[in-house]
Amino acid sequence: MKYQAPTSIEEAVALLSSDPGARVFAGATDLIPQFQGGRPEPSMLVDLKGVPQTGVLECQNGYWRVGAAVPAARLTSHRELVSAFPGLVEGTSLIGSDQIQGRATLGGNLCNASPAADSVPPLVALGATAVIVGAAGRRSVPVSEIVIGPGATSLHHAEFITEFRIPVPARGCSDAYERFIPRTEMDIAVVGAAARIRLDDQGRCRDATVVLGAVAPTVAEVSAAAEILRGRQLAEAPNCKAFWEELGEAAVASCNPIDDKRGTVQFRRRVAAVLARRTVATAARRAKEAI
Amino acid sequence: MSRTYVTCVVNGDPVDFLCHDYQTLLSALRDELGLTGTKEGCGTGDCGACSVILDGQLVCSCLVFAPEAEGRSIETIEGMAEGQHLHPLQESFLEGAAFQCGVCTPGFLIAAKALLDHNPTPTETEVRYGVAGNLCRCTGYDKIVRSVLDAAVRMREQDTRKETA
Repeated sequence: MKYQAPTSIEEAVALLSSDPGARVFAGATDLIPQFQGGRPEPSMLVDLKGVPQTGVLECQNGYWRVGAAVPAARLTSHRELVSAFPGLVEGTSLIGSDQIQGRATLGGNLCNASPAADSVPPLVALGATAVIVGAAGRRSVPVSEIVIGPGATSLHHAEFITEFRIPVPARGCSDAYERFIPRTEMDIAVVGAAARIRLDDQGRCRDATVVLGAVAPTVAEVSAAAEILRGRQLAEAPNCKAFWEELGEAAVASCNPIDDKRGTVQFRRRVAAVLARRTVATAARRAKEAI
Repeated sequence: MSRTYVTCVVNGDPVDFLCHDYQTLLSALRDELGLTGTKEGCGTGDCGACSVILDGQLVCSCLVFAPEAEGRSIETIEGMAEGQHLHPLQESFLEGAAFQCGVCTPGFLIAAKALLDHNPTPTETEVRYGVAGNLCRCTGYDKIVRSVLDAAVRMREQDTRKETA
């Protein structure tokens, strides 16, 4: 296995195009354990961290540019980013220990294509776009279209993501992410839920996106959420109002979970309903502060 | 197969080594540089025994490829004491009996140092999260957490003494 550290997009694409067995990496926190677990090593490893575009972190022209190889620790300590996307940062901060946070990246978390990836539901809820480069040039694709199944992405060989573009939150808009694990730290989501809520000046829901993780082969959007929540007062904690029940039922209907050692199908469905309500309430509380 | 030549700084000293591209930083530290204080536990980033500080950032050296060290600065357990003077964390661990078999100890000390470098006044909860990436199968963690908190106090006292001196 040959290690390569290109310093430009062109160099990286040329390296990848030269070897069908080449693959990219950034933090390597998923990659090296896969090798340890017996997965064959590629003939070439292309380290993307030296490609300047993968390290950007800035706000310009109405959107945030977040480099695909920026380590989680840099995202969670970036005050403006935390304030713009508290839910995305919550999801990112839950990926592993401090040691892992020093290496793990949004690009890797997405392209590892685990159904339980914690940063993916918030990225999708925020309407983030992935900027992809390859031999055929550059294209932009919604993050929701990158993962096509467990461990599989829609990227072609010699393509990689350089950065994510996330629209700056509008007035009265915020997000939240919560996950369930059976302990307090260092585990993989049994269910994850992200919500992006936009309120009008009277505090009524104007728009809502709810995205679930770990309950289907890819993230699952609760497509009925906007219709159920529009016009509602959300800033108070979820109570027995009918629309909260409806939201929970819509979350359950969006699930297509599996039974495994972390949770049963029935448990995952019930938890999805609870977390969908909680993240909507949290995102709405934050959105109210942003009116 | 040809090996890659890597130059970097370890514990303040410039060093160089030859490695295979598939080797991890952990393997390079132990097998090429003879720095066997950094331990291998799981080899998959779960246990933290191989913790080192890479350009100021706590990482698992088992999850870093050795060639990635080119031009970087690495802190390992071997650089923690200053000559015969133990680091306050090492003193606290000794006095607080914060280890038994000792295999996890270098990783805990490095993780604790990284925590205190960024946050000199952590709460108990912050210490527990700060070392959540390190596993110890002997102590039950309580003595480790108390020793880190004790070291934080010692380090603050040292700083105050330095300032008044």
